[in-house]
Amino acid sequence: MQKYSFAQLLRQALRGNKGWQPAWRNATPRGGYDVVVIGGGGHGLATAYFLAKKHGARRIALLERNWIGSGNSGRNTQVLRSNYFWPESVALYDHSLQLYETLGREVNFNVMQRQQGLLQIAHSEHELELMRRWCNSIRMSGLEVEELTPAQIKRRVPPINLNCRFPIVGGYVQQRGGIARHDAVVWGLARAADALGVDIIQGCTVTALHKSGERITGMTTNLGPIAADKVVMSVAGHSSQLAAMAGFRLPITTMALQAMVSEPIKPVFDLTMISAAIHAYCNQSDRGEIVMGAGADVYNSYAQRTSLPSMRATVAAVLELFPGFSRLKLMRQWAGAVDISPDTSPIMGLTPVRNLYINCGWGTGGFKAIPAGGDTMAYTVAHDRPHPLIVPFGLDRFARAALVDEGAAAGVAH
Amino acid sequence: MLRIACPYCGTRDEPEFTYGGPAHISRPPLESDDGSWTDYLFNRTNPKGLLAERWCHSYGCGRWFNATRDTVTHEIVSVYGATEPQP
Repeated sequence: MQKYSFAQLLRQALRGNKGWQPAWRNATPRGGYDVVVIGGGGHGLATAYFLAKKHGARRIALLERNWIGSGNSGRNTQVLRSNYFWPESVALYDHSLQLYETLGREVNFNVMQRQQGLLQIAHSEHELELMRRWCNSIRMSGLEVEELTPAQIKRRVPPINLNCRFPIVGGYVQQRGGIARHDAVVWGLARAADALGVDIIQGCTVTALHKSGERITGMTTNLGPIAADKVVMSVAGHSSQLAAMAGFRLPITTMALQAMVSEPIKPVFDLTMISAAIHAYCNQSDRGEIVMGAGADVYNSYAQRTSLPSMRATVAAVLELFPGFSRLKLMRQWAGAVDISPDTSPIMGLTPVRNLYINCGWGTGGFKAIPAGGDTMAYTVAHDRPHPLIVPFGLDRFARAALVDEGAAAGVAH
Repeated sequence: MLRIACPYCGTRDEPEFTYGGPAHISRPPLESDDGSWTDYLFNRTNPKGLLAERWCHSYGCGRWFNATRDTVTHEIVSVYGATEPQP
C-alpha cells in the first residue's frame, strides 16, 4: 500500500501526480475463500479489514452488488454519537466511537471526523424529565454528558429559535459526538483491507446460497460460483432476501429513510442537533450545506428515492427550529433502504445456519457503528462465538423476549 | 406521494392514511411453542415486490382496508376489504 503522507504528497506533486496507485485492486473472484463477506458497505468492509488485521485470516472476499458504499454507507448523514439509554447499547456504540477516534491513523486515510458535539433538545417539561433520566443512565454507563439551559443552547447554536411552536426548554450535549466523512470511511477501510489481501469484488450479485446439511458450502453469483468456509451477511435492507436464500426468516422491515442537504452557506453552527419531539435533526457539513433528516416513509419500501410527505415533515420541523433557513434551496435529496428491527437495535452474531454470521438491523443508525460492527463481527467469525459486546444483540433475543428497546428508551436514533 | 384508492371514499393523498403493516398475519393457537410465537410476533417476510398490507383512512372515513402494493415501485395493484382473502 502506498502510504499517504505529506512527504508522499510532495513527492507525487514533483512528479506531476503520475505515480499514484489505485486505492484498491478491482479483484475478480477466485474459486473459493475461507471467509466471504456479502455486502460492501462500511460494516462489511470493516469486518473484512478486522478479520485480516486482528485475526490473521487470509483468503477473504468481499462481494458487493453495485459499487462499495453505494447503499446506506453512501446515503447516511454521517452522525457519530454513543448517547444510548441501555448499558448494552452504550458499551457497543462507545466502543465504535473510540475506534472512530483513531480510525484515520489506523487505516492511513483521513476520515475527517469532527467531534464538535451532539445536542439533543427537549420541547416540554415532561420530555426534559425523561431526558434527565436518560442523561443519568448515560452517566451510569461511564460517559460524560452535559445538561444545557435554553440560554446555553442559544450560545452554542446562535441561529436557533427557542420560542418555536413547541418552545425549547432544555437539552444536553455529548461533546464527543460529531460527524465523519462517510465516503472516506468506506474508501479508507477498502484501501486498508485490500492492502491486507482482501479481494474486493464489485458488481457481484449473490443469487443463491448452496447448503449441505446445516452448513453453507458456497454461492451462485453473476460472476460464477464461489465456495466459502464461512459467510458473513452484511446487507442491511436486503437482509430478509439473503436470509430467505439460507432458509430462515428475520424480524426486519425495510423502509425508506429520507435525508437532504441545502445549498452551502457560511458556518452558522458547529454541532449536530437532534429533536426527537418534532422529529428532525441537522448539522452543517464541512462544505457548508445544512444536512437534514429524520423522517422515513411509514410503509415497507425498497425504493431508494425521496417522497414528498417525509420531506415536508422534516423541512417543516427544521424551519421551526431555524426560521432563517427558509430561504435556502434544497440541493440534493435521497433515501436509503434501511433495515428496522422490532427494538431498533442491531441483530448480530450467529444464525440458525452453522457457518453463516449476521450483521443487520442497524436501521436508521448504522454509520456510527461501522468500526465496532466490523471489529465484533470479525471476532465472532474468527472464534465462532459472539464477541462479548454483541451477546445481547443476538438473533436469539426475540425468542427470549430479551429486547434491547432503544426505540422506546432513546427515541429517534440516527 | 402515494395516491391510495380508499374503497369507501375514493382516491386520496398518502398523508390521510395510517399504515398498518403486513396483512393476513394470524395469531397461532395458544398452545403453540415459542418458535411459532416468535415467528408470529417478530418475523416478517419483508418481500421485495408485492406486499399485502393494511391501511386505515384515518382522516377520511376512518375505516381499515387492505391493499397489495409493490415495495420497489410503490404501485398499488389492488385494494380490497379488511376481512377479504388476498386476491
